Amino acid sequence: MRTKSIFRVFLLVTILISGFSNKTFAGGDGPFNPGEVALHHIADAHTFHFFGDIYIPLPAMIFYDRNGGGVTFLPSSASFDIGKGGNGSIAIDRYVLSHGVVRRIKDTNFPMGKVNISWDGHGSHGDDHSAHDHSKHDHSGHGHAGHDHGDHKEKGMKDKIMDELDKGHDVQAFYNGKGFDLEDRSTLDGGLAGGGMTSYMDFSITKNVFTMLFVALLLGFVFLRVAKAYRTRDGQAPKGLQGFMEPLFVFIQDEVAKPMIGEEKYARFMPYLMSAFFFILGLNLLGQIPFFPGSGNASGTISITIALALFTFLITNLNGNRDYWTHILWMPGIPAAVKLIITPVEIMGVFLKPIVLFIRLFANITAGHIVIVAFVGLIFVLGESGKNLVGAGVGAVAATLLTMFMMALELLVAVLQAYIFTILSASYIGAAVEEHHHHEEAH
Amino acid sequence: MTGSLAAIGAGIAVIGAGIGIGNIGAKAMESIARQPEAVGDIRANMLIMAALIEGAAIIAIILSFFI
Repeated sequence: MRTKSIFRVFLLVTILISGFSNKTFAGGDGPFNPGEVALHHIADAHTFHFFGDIYIPLPAMIFYDRNGGGVTFLPSSASFDIGKGGNGSIAIDRYVLSHGVVRRIKDTNFPMGKVNISWDGHGSHGDDHSAHDHSKHDHSGHGHAGHDHGDHKEKGMKDKIMDELDKGHDVQAFYNGKGFDLEDRSTLDGGLAGGGMTSYMDFSITKNVFTMLFVALLLGFVFLRVAKAYRTRDGQAPKGLQGFMEPLFVFIQDEVAKPMIGEEKYARFMPYLMSAFFFILGLNLLGQIPFFPGSGNASGTISITIALALFTFLITNLNGNRDYWTHILWMPGIPAAVKLIITPVEIMGVFLKPIVLFIRLFANITAGHIVIVAFVGLIFVLGESGKNLVGAGVGAVAATLLTMFMMALELLVAVLQAYIFTILSASYIGAAVEEHHHHEEAH
Repeated sequence: MTGSLAAIGAGIAVIGAGIGIGNIGAKAMESIARQPEAVGDIRANMLIMAALIEGAAIIAIILSFFI
């Protein structure tokens, strides 16, 4: 009965809030675009979005070449004076904060130093804006002057992602009534990896970096306490935090490491497997929390999952014994003609295993985040961005139910993906260190 | 047009993965019914196999959208 009444209050509050948040969340410019909002939410940022127009600044350590000599850096994203929609009203040495992300103004004629800018161009420049957009496409494009349709077909993967990301970022900074284009936020990965090659070096504590540091510190705190408990309470039954962590620890040891790697050799790889499991689990669960310490989509960022899979790749191959490499390079016990086919496939497999490992984690977590944002977006789609309050109410009920369902599913996925990553890493390592006895008999 | 073709490709990839994971689930249920004491081993292996199939589906989906 109690849960039922809590649920009712929750629904009511959601409906009431939905009308209010319609205006703040959707930003109010034009029809609501769920895809754009979803991509914005899974992307990395230099600020933490609290709610409405409240942003928490993060240290933005951006190193850049000022006037061709020496390297300067900007201390914090707060120095851009974050305002409405995460847009900074100050440009520093051509750097601006757009939608919570630091970007650079393309035009080298833009004044250096601290300059006040605006983001709307004050109405009369509305036409100027769209004209600028077209010329921007021509400059950056493939030499087809003004033929957007021709351009579209030749676009590769990178351009497509850039277009998706730029839909919400196709903005200009206005200074003295003149619009200035912004540089693409990355040139290598389309922003999916949370940055990439830019004209400046970005060592910022971004949202993802903050999330990872937070999880690392949290895990450090938890495990140091648990380790201390094992020292001081030796021989006694586990208690408190220790009692909570022990089943998880024993589960990874007994169900993952021992069967996959083997009784004799598993202990060497336990530190890595445990770290990987709890780090990924921490990132996944923290990403489920929709407000401050959470909300960072770290385990759904491809560069982070690539780094994790790289560790598995290195540990697997550096620990690979003679049998492991013979089986890859010259599989024993089969005809030589077949070996010529098997060997390339096996070599491909060495790289394909970690690739699938990082794509799986990235795709699962990102898909979950996108679906949740899309369900929440129902409120704004049905509410027509604040014009239709009845629609917003219906949307709020539907969105609440669907989001609760998805959240429950995502909790399962968060644990499952951490487990899958760990058990697959363990099985790759196990295959690399396994002692083969069968072909010795064949000799 | 390109977008809808990519969606069809993703859909076809998901059909394959769905059949595969469905088979794994069905067989795992049968095995558990036959040997309830082996439920732990069966579940772990079921998840690994599902993850491997899912990997193939994910690669297909990613390729269908990005190439």
